[in-house]
Amino acid sequence: MGDIATPASEAEISEIVRAAHDQRAPLEISGGGTRRELGRPAQADRTLALSALTGTTLYDPGALTIVARAGEPLSKIEAALAAERQRLPFEPMDHRALLGSSGEPTVGGVVACNISGPRRVQAGACRDSLLGVRFVDGQGRIVKNGGRVMKNVTGYDLSKLMCGAYGTLGVLTEVALKVAPAPERTVCLLMKGLSDERAIAALAAALGTPYEVNGAAHLPADCTLDGVESVTMIRLEGFEANIRHRAPALQALFAAFGETELIEDPDKIAAGWAYIRDVAPFVGQSGAVWRLSLKPSDGPTAVSAIRRSIDAKAFYDWGGGLVWLLTPEASGDGGAGAQIIRDTIAPMGGHATLVRASAPIRAAVAVFHPEPPRLAALSDQLRSKFDPAGILNPGRMAAPRA
Amino acid sequence: MSTIAMPKPDDRVLARKPEIVAALAAAVGEENVISDPMETRAYECDALTAYRRQPLVVVLPRTTEEVSAALAACNRLGVPVVPRGAGTSLAGGALPTEDCVVLSTARLTDVLEIDAPNRFVRVQTGVTNLSVSGAVDSEGFFYAPDPSSQLACAIAGNIAMNSGGAHCLKYGVTTNNLLGVRMVMMDGEIVEVGGAHADAANYDFLGLICGSEGQLGVVTEATLRILPKPEGAKPVLIGYDSPEVAGQCVADIIKAGVLPVAIEYMDRLCIRVTDEFSGAGYPDVEAMLIVEVEGAPDEAEAQLAKIIEIAQALGPSALQESKSPEQAALIWKGRKSAFGAMGRINDYMCLDGTVPVGQLPYVLKRISEIGAKYGLECGNVFHAGDGNMHPLILFDANKPGDLETAEAMGAEILRLCVEVGGCLSGEHGVGVEKRDLMTDQFGPDDLEAQMAVKDCFDPKWLLNPAKVFPLEVSASRRDA
Repeated sequence: MGDIATPASEAEISEIVRAAHDQRAPLEISGGGTRRELGRPAQADRTLALSALTGTTLYDPGALTIVARAGEPLSKIEAALAAERQRLPFEPMDHRALLGSSGEPTVGGVVACNISGPRRVQAGACRDSLLGVRFVDGQGRIVKNGGRVMKNVTGYDLSKLMCGAYGTLGVLTEVALKVAPAPERTVCLLMKGLSDERAIAALAAALGTPYEVNGAAHLPADCTLDGVESVTMIRLEGFEANIRHRAPALQALFAAFGETELIEDPDKIAAGWAYIRDVAPFVGQSGAVWRLSLKPSDGPTAVSAIRRSIDAKAFYDWGGGLVWLLTPEASGDGGAGAQIIRDTIAPMGGHATLVRASAPIRAAVAVFHPEPPRLAALSDQLRSKFDPAGILNPGRMAAPRA
Repeated sequence: MSTIAMPKPDDRVLARKPEIVAALAAAVGEENVISDPMETRAYECDALTAYRRQPLVVVLPRTTEEVSAALAACNRLGVPVVPRGAGTSLAGGALPTEDCVVLSTARLTDVLEIDAPNRFVRVQTGVTNLSVSGAVDSEGFFYAPDPSSQLACAIAGNIAMNSGGAHCLKYGVTTNNLLGVRMVMMDGEIVEVGGAHADAANYDFLGLICGSEGQLGVVTEATLRILPKPEGAKPVLIGYDSPEVAGQCVADIIKAGVLPVAIEYMDRLCIRVTDEFSGAGYPDVEAMLIVEVEGAPDEAEAQLAKIIEIAQALGPSALQESKSPEQAALIWKGRKSAFGAMGRINDYMCLDGTVPVGQLPYVLKRISEIGAKYGLECGNVFHAGDGNMHPLILFDANKPGDLETAEAMGAEILRLCVEVGGCLSGEHGVGVEKRDLMTDQFGPDDLEAQMAVKDCFDPKWLLNPAKVFPLEVSASRRDA
């Protein structure tokens, strides 16, 4: 990766990017480096690391708002929020175990990759909690967008454009996020032995209640810790009065699907959802890991169709709308099953992202779901506008322009 | 009479009216084109009635394909297009130019798909906001964003302006409830963005489109997230002798971890006027909060008990719990009729700035000082939980110079919102109304980045002209 710049101010970042623009010298943009392997390999000799751009610039618990510099470690933000009995609503995944990476995840990295977790099903994705950003564009210009207030329709929402752009349209320097109160109590309902189809139907029924279910996952038997039978999980959070009312009501609803077990031990619950969030079933297992975003009821249909051609393992989050898939890298024509997976979901709508694979495979297959021609053209145009010299993480999202 | 400039109409376009009308008739059928000046006058303004421009032509397409044909024709002929939902914009977001074609979504009113197990509904965007909830009501669901104009406003406009409402504190705004769109680009190409699944595969075009004020494309179909209806809701009314203490109460409630579905604020002037109008039985206090929680009766009671405990600690001068659904309805009737009631006593200009919740007391104090300076009264009724203020500046439209004074006072209040860390518009959009204040919130590079996005989607700058960006800032692009 060659030499590393670790600027400690936005002004320095601006200077570095401006110089790189003038010299047409590509930069790999990095936060804590824990998600470096997400996306296609960026083609750059130099790294611009945000790890020294730290600090929380504002935390206002009464306004549910936190503003931090991009390199601020996520752990520090989570600790500050916990001290006020608050948290990030979107429960970001930690990729370190799955990708075998080390380092400290940063808040800027979470935003740049739009990282969410199980609670996304009810509380929205990272992009939904993002109130504003500051970034340095590919010419070194410092741009602000959005702000720190919860309702803001002043001008175009470039914050959402930056969220999930993997640093290809600008270097994030500061992010403002909406936070949420931590619940008084959390419980979990488990059902065992359900088929994928029955489980997704049960989760849909739970998500169709007014009980604000904020975790809805299903682990087929081969993805559970003991490998004996499938486990279907529902999470309920709220005040004591909410749980008292909702847990029995959901158990009654689930009677049609089978027996339920109520889990109340906070540590056990936290471990169970971290297992889903961090894709633990596929940690330490060889093969490529895919992330499919689908209409929830299409989840099991897609998985069984893919399994007709590929020896794949799968489990479900977001009520079936998020499918994690483990495929042998040699599947299909050697591209970890990319063609088969994408052909299968094409008539359903949705997308498949290759989250983990060896670098040659990530360079050879489209890591991000191929876009229809007009959207691909718009993506290219946006890259040309925001990064005219093609120096910001070139190749990370799409093969660089010839 | 008014202070916001509109660009001079393009004579070359005006001169070609017959050709434009013929091309549009070929695109969407003669019966869906309005070109008689007697009839196009109906489209000369939206809800910002101080500004009026009669459009050249109006088209009312019935399908996405007709929208595509109409836009392709306008693109070919170089004619600006102003997309229009229900025309309820308070910001002049659908204000025509004299050389434009107004493209109305009024005939795109089909509900295309209701999918309760997957919790979405797909509609054509001419449907009203409230009718979306109506369509899924029997399934036990609702559509969360609820702008005050929800009976009339169209989903098309909600998407264009990223509309909010009273219940955003809990449910978010339009962008948080929009899953996908079918959109027609200015050159007529139809694109699909998102769908019934979550999140973007690549760049978040959906996030970019929502709130772009109809300047990137015309959205003809939308996939919207629907939510299970809560089991019940209960409001409590809390009055204080000072705005500062009311503001403190809002922050304390939020800090305590209670997330009410709404926290609404009204000042004495609004309380008095709406109470006379609605008979809501509001207390005579300096500042009043309506705090609403949701859930089954036991859940709501438990949350209200926490809220009341917080409120009591600050010494309220009034506190009314609703004892029945009728009382609850009466509490809300007053709030929901506030704008109408204020309109009965006077002409008013409704602002829409957002400030950090903690700044509410200071900003309220400054607003009354600014009002004294300009000699105009100002009422305050707004969504306090998210800091989205709606100062209502009272003026007399028949009194020469009064509108201009109100506009100057409004601009000063909005600059104040920006100064304390907020923004010009929380839910109404920039439109023409706040266009010339954009340079108070954004620097040249900030605006340049936003305009670069428009360059990609609408390279000739034909869609919804003269909105969002100050004319001098966008001049070189518009003249290109």
